Amino acid sequence: MSNPLAPPSGMLAELTYRCPLSCPYCSNPLEMAGRQAEMSTDEWKRIFSQAAEIGVLHAHLSGGEPASRRDLLELVAHCAQVGLYTNLITSGVGLTKPLFEALVAAGLDHVQLSIQDAEADSADWIGGYQGGFAKKIEVARWVADSGMPLTVNAVIHRANILRAAEMVDFAVKLGARRIEIAHTQYYGWALLNRAHLMPTREQSETAYAAVEARRAAYKGRIVVDHVAPDYHAKYPKACMSGWGRLTFNVTPTGKVLPCHAAETIPGLEFWNAREKSLAECWADSPGFNAYRGTDWMKEPCRSCERKNEDFGGCRCQALALAGDASATDPICSKSPLHHRIGEIAARDSAEKVEGFTQRRLTREKVADKV
Amino acid sequence: MSDDDFTGESRPYLLRGVRLKHDTVRKCWVLLAPERFLRLNGISVDILQRCDGSVSLGRIVEDLAEKYVADRAVVERDVRALLAGLLDKRMLAYE
Ligand code: SF4
Ligand code: SF4
Repeated sequence: MSNPLAPPSGMLAELTYRCPLSCPYCSNPLEMAGRQAEMSTDEWKRIFSQAAEIGVLHAHLSGGEPASRRDLLELVAHCAQVGLYTNLITSGVGLTKPLFEALVAAGLDHVQLSIQDAEADSADWIGGYQGGFAKKIEVARWVADSGMPLTVNAVIHRANILRAAEMVDFAVKLGARRIEIAHTQYYGWALLNRAHLMPTREQSETAYAAVEARRAAYKGRIVVDHVAPDYHAKYPKACMSGWGRLTFNVTPTGKVLPCHAAETIPGLEFWNAREKSLAECWADSPGFNAYRGTDWMKEPCRSCERKNEDFGGCRCQALALAGDASATDPICSKSPLHHRIGEIAARDSAEKVEGFTQRRLTREKVADKV
Repeated sequence: MSDDDFTGESRPYLLRGVRLKHDTVRKCWVLLAPERFLRLNGISVDILQRCDGSVSLGRIVEDLAEKYVADRAVVERDVRALLAGLLDKRMLAYE
């Protein structure tokens, strides 16, 4: 480790994997623990208190759908009490107006609302939930009326990419202060559904430029955070701003992880906040230390001038695409395997898969297998 | 809301969901906003603590020029630079 370990600034709390929607790119793992295995209210509260003590500033309450937890209000109130900036990451489905008002009163700071598309039929089809789109508009209105900041989050893929820029317009209409346009990152469910989701290079480039144009047009009205399409990029993104550098995730069962997909890397040992303190999980768990800093890197990353910028890309993607979690992320044009990315993208974007009905089948099949 | 409207009479305030916090772990002041935090230096804290919608930009500049015994024009430039950035990031507004 070259630098002393800084305190973590953000914690993503995956309160539950339960969710009424079934987005084909969901970042939850393929194998999901059910309600019985979830942590109790008291366990979560203890973890949030510890998080505040070790320097976490932002608590992101996520899932699944966090509103599927009956104790959401109690957890938000606790986060606010211990001084955390509390962000609710929600599909909107499952929130009611009285619950939302109670969350506001309890000290919720910010809502991040997902949308699946800018038009109802497509959005409800992608999320697999009839009426979801209408519900989101309603929730957005409550948030905007309360004066609380609203972020809209949209994941972009082949079924909605033609409307990527329209989603920025839509977010402005909803009263959002910020929008995240995230081109799909292929882990977990998205990796499984890659042939359904992958846009063509032309589609990616057109959408990217159109969203960038909106950023300029709406300057000062809405902040656009744009996550570039990985498979069509030259360099990888700084995954999680560096492994175990600023943030961590806590799963519904208490595992403390550097990112959503970290558990897909075999042989890494992660600790559980039910058994150890968050401070220990953050500083000492072997899984966190495996890819901290730059000492673990191989060539071409080791001698690359960008290594403190993108940290060699994503470990989980290196594993998935190069078969080695400590390899250079093949998204990088300096990776010897980079040519494969273009091949995969071209092949998958050419697949004529009819819709996501396939996805449910696939999902069941996979669930049977695991 | 263009920057031209942001005059000496304007009274800036932090938008809801944007707040100052004294961070006892990092031993500094931070500005918390959706998905972001900024570490603040002493003068930034002084500026933002005055952004409550009741104090004009001109008044903030005067206050701080006095407090730091600094040139008014220099202070104004610093204050505007900080606040313009926050306006763009949708963290600040003004009356
Ligand atoms: S709303 Fe979120 S948690 Fe639910 S299925 Fe979609 S991506 Fe996954
Ligand atoms: S070689 Fe490694 S450090 Fe350099 S740009 Fe590629 S992924 Fe980043």
